[in-house]
Amino acid sequence: MIGVISYLVFFATTASILAIAVLGLNLQWGNTGLFNGGVVAFFGAGAYATLILGGTAQAGHLGGYGIFYPLALLGGMVVAGLMAWIVGLLTLRLRHDYLAIATFGVAVAFENLMRNAEWLAGGAKGVRGFERPLRTALGDGFIYNLAFFAVVLLILILTYLFLQRIVVSPFGRLLRAIREDEEAAQSLGKNPARIRLIAFITGSVILGLAGGLYGTFYAFVSPQDVLPTLTFQIWAMLIVGGAGNNRGAIFGAFLIWGAWTASGWALSRFAPVEVQLYTGSVQFILIGSVIVGMLMWRPQGFLPEHLVVSHKGKTKRKQQGEY
Amino acid sequence: MAEAILQATAITAGYVPDLPILRDVSLTVRPAQITLIIGPNGAGKSTLIKAIAGLLPVSSGQIRFQGSDITGIRTDQLSAQGIAYVPQTDNIFRSLTIRQNLDLALRRAGGQAPTRLAQLFEQFPALAAKHGDKAGTLSGGQRQFLAIAMALATAPKLILMDEPSAGLSPKATQEVLEHARTLTTQGVSILLVEQNVNQALRLADHCFILAEGRNQLDGPAEDLRDNKIVGDIYLGNRRMGVA
Repeated sequence: MIGVISYLVFFATTASILAIAVLGLNLQWGNTGLFNGGVVAFFGAGAYATLILGGTAQAGHLGGYGIFYPLALLGGMVVAGLMAWIVGLLTLRLRHDYLAIATFGVAVAFENLMRNAEWLAGGAKGVRGFERPLRTALGDGFIYNLAFFAVVLLILILTYLFLQRIVVSPFGRLLRAIREDEEAAQSLGKNPARIRLIAFITGSVILGLAGGLYGTFYAFVSPQDVLPTLTFQIWAMLIVGGAGNNRGAIFGAFLIWGAWTASGWALSRFAPVEVQLYTGSVQFILIGSVIVGMLMWRPQGFLPEHLVVSHKGKTKRKQQGEY
Repeated sequence: MAEAILQATAITAGYVPDLPILRDVSLTVRPAQITLIIGPNGAGKSTLIKAIAGLLPVSSGQIRFQGSDITGIRTDQLSAQGIAYVPQTDNIFRSLTIRQNLDLALRRAGGQAPTRLAQLFEQFPALAAKHGDKAGTLSGGQRQFLAIAMALATAPKLILMDEPSAGLSPKATQEVLEHARTLTTQGVSILLVEQNVNQALRLADHCFILAEGRNQLDGPAEDLRDNKIVGDIYLGNRRMGVA
């Protein structure tokens, strides 16, 4: 029984971390219409920076600063935000598919940099020597994982509340206006380039936060953690859950991560041995099929975007198409 | 004659560098008047209004607004100077409510926003009645009224309107153009690009005719209304430079 609970805690922690990442992407795509095809680069920047800043002394690569963990995590977010600022200045003039291609290129470059620059983050061997915070007090077992899950869940809730505040604020309205028509927004005196950059950086900081928590949870990060697959997984979570809806983003994260792990388990248990050799590939095909299927039959996702009406502090939500 | 509120001089502009659509185009807009730009398809009417609105680069020439050089200034910065631009289509935010559309336009109004909103709803009662509805549910004419109301919310001195009658019924077109006329009585100047020449000439004060990216004719609208050359150029029967 404890084994099942232990696994559920492990599953829920990973799904919650991914849900934070999906919330970050939702701000960029769902609310602002920015097609970030390089999600994993900002996630990875947060993970690497957190472990480098908070890790113990290491020979052979940057790191070992041993910074107090919350500051290291904050540092990971700042690094992801700085990277987004630079990438945003260079690419945000591009639209939709071109932006996706450019940011995808950034993610591939990031992975290759991490894989080859051993002095920076250990190259293919990854970042080593990170001690999980409070490990000596809580140990390495179930109690630690449960406590860590509680922290991640709290951060997920805070991130959700923060983004919900943005959605109902005038700034959130402005994001949706820019998503819909930049020229019209410009004609009203808004500066879409600046607003898009703010949204891109904010979303990337949240992706960096998720990456930092991910790196902390596994106490390790390597180029294998920043492959394009993760970008597609996070996109699948948003599309399935419902772009533009923060609850949908969280729901999608749990659903797709559940389907991913369940498919891995089912394949390893029931599929012939020769198929099991290709479990990873079969899972990728499943993810791709889910994205295509949802885009064809339910492009708005399971929990579609709601019309948010906020007047004088009172907020009510209406399902799109209700009017 | 009153001093010009907007003076564009020898404007050369286009969508692609070294491939100008407008060549040495000049025009003047006087205060509290409707200045009309007409011409055949491809004449460069929308290009001119977009160049003035800061949406297209001006490769040569100068645009002055109330005496200040505004050539090359971004659209969002022009708004702060008192110029509002109403695009031809996609000029409202369909997924937002009517109220949200107006709130967005009123953000700079600060403490005066509630008063201004009330004034706008008084001016556009059809919008007030549907203030909680999504803007995408409005009819074509109502959408244009919303777009105009949003432009007015920025307290402009000059509104640049790019074919507000596009896709509208003749009745709705008439309503929109007549409303534009009433705005001039409030001191607002309007630079209007229009395809409905007859209706627009009846309401405009002054008219500029473009063809093939160049000035062809200009004069008081009532003088041009019965001018045979106007019909010829507008219908494309005359070649550029003959007029």
